[in-house]
Amino acid sequence: MKETPSSTIKTDFWQRLSRNRMLLTLLSVLLFLLIWQVLVLALNLPGFILPSPAEVGRKFLDVLRTGLLWRHFSATLGEILLGLLFGVSAATLLGYALSKSPLAERLLSPFLVGSQSIPMAAIAPLLVIWFGPGLLSKVLICSLTVFFPVLVNTLVGLRDVPPELREVMESLRASPAQTLRYLEIPAALPVFLGGLRVGASLSVIGAIVGELVASDRGLGFLINVGRGQYDTALVFVAVICLVILAASLYGFVLLLENRVLSWQTWRKEV
Amino acid sequence: MTLSPGEIALEVNDLEVSFVDSDGSLEVLDKISFSIEKNAFVCIVGPSGGGKSTLLRAVAGLIQPTGGKILFPGVAEDKAQTGLVFQKPNLLPWRTLRDNISLPLEIDQRPEAEISVLTQEMIRLVGLEGFEKAYPHELSGGMAQRVAIARCLVQDPEILLLDEPFGQLDALTRERMGDELLRIWNERRKTVLMVTHSISEAIFLADRVLVLTCRPARLIMDLPIELPRPRTDAMRYLPEFTEAARLLHAQLKDTTAPACQL
Repeated sequence: MKETPSSTIKTDFWQRLSRNRMLLTLLSVLLFLLIWQVLVLALNLPGFILPSPAEVGRKFLDVLRTGLLWRHFSATLGEILLGLLFGVSAATLLGYALSKSPLAERLLSPFLVGSQSIPMAAIAPLLVIWFGPGLLSKVLICSLTVFFPVLVNTLVGLRDVPPELREVMESLRASPAQTLRYLEIPAALPVFLGGLRVGASLSVIGAIVGELVASDRGLGFLINVGRGQYDTALVFVAVICLVILAASLYGFVLLLENRVLSWQTWRKEV
Repeated sequence: MTLSPGEIALEVNDLEVSFVDSDGSLEVLDKISFSIEKNAFVCIVGPSGGGKSTLLRAVAGLIQPTGGKILFPGVAEDKAQTGLVFQKPNLLPWRTLRDNISLPLEIDQRPEAEISVLTQEMIRLVGLEGFEKAYPHELSGGMAQRVAIARCLVQDPEILLLDEPFGQLDALTRERMGDELLRIWNERRKTVLMVTHSISEAIFLADRVLVLTCRPARLIMDLPIELPRPRTDAMRYLPEFTEAARLLHAQLKDTTAPACQL
């Protein structure tokens, strides 16, 4: 008899907690940091092997204050955005062209499939040799990483436009440009954005690989510097910034998808 | 009907259509000739897989005929000659009901104000006021097909082509849509050419019923329906109605007999 009220309160507490997702996420992060800190203290690990969260936090504020972090963060961000711009434009244009010409698609598809299986890390040194250690080689590596997922998804999206809807456009005497605007773009958009979401996260990897090979700025460069100076806290700061960067890009495309594809809400409801 | 001297809206002369694929050539339409007077309602019946849809698509300009001519006498060149309604509504799922109906006007690059007025008028005509902002997946089959009809009519085409438009609806909705179609046709007189596989639907709706054979399709019957308008449900039990049904049924049974693949 005595236990009943306390157990209801308990389940009540857990139920409320499991419903509050924000709080739950915050708790799990705090718990993680706590374990990390305790581990470092208990094992008495030196800072260059595993810096404590407090050390990483101090380092973060430090490089933030001197402007060092922003300089390298913005360099990497610039490479990624330029790479996305070129890669996505080229992939979309080629994807549209290939969707209109089955012959060209058949001729090119072995190369497209083959080139997609080349690990970017393996050809990044080549691009640095050909295009120098500056901005250009990084932008190219980023472009190439986003190029294939976006190209393939553009192609699939356009090819899967229902033929009966094409017939509707034809019966309404729509020009090719109008068919593109009123039918093909909206119909292919969900698949295209799926490709962009994958490509955007991959482009972060592309930029870092390029910077690790050869560079004088960027978060990848910062990681190299940190490693060289046994400043492991600096490496951690750079890695955390990369995670934030990749997650924001992913989130941004996700936001775009939800916005543009609001008519698809029924899919989630079902 | 054939005696009354009306203006001709559509003239089909010796129309031939064949499709060529790896297995050779498939003859679908064999020298089909007929003409339709302005504002007449004509139905085409025939065995399934025959060539009814092909005939309609050729008239709509979606298929290039192999031989023969399709003429629209007395229709201005710059005007929409035909509008096609498909068996499925084929609405754009990302557009609201209103925006699906306004699509042909947007393609035609009409001014915004005109689009708005004409679209609203169409929504009223097909009785879908209040559903302007609904998306196609929120509509019932009958409602979606009304939107498709409105999308077709909004271009104000000279000839309305309907390809088994009620084929996917249940029997009751189908009859209601037939009444609805006659009401719309009454309100804005149009030349209608409609494919159906229902004999009673054809008789109930049409001034004339054309019968096609199976592939290669030939025109074997052109039956005038002498029922007065407006048509009512009671007419379904008139001797004229039953007689027409008997004639069409006999003719169709003949054509579907031995040579047809079902």
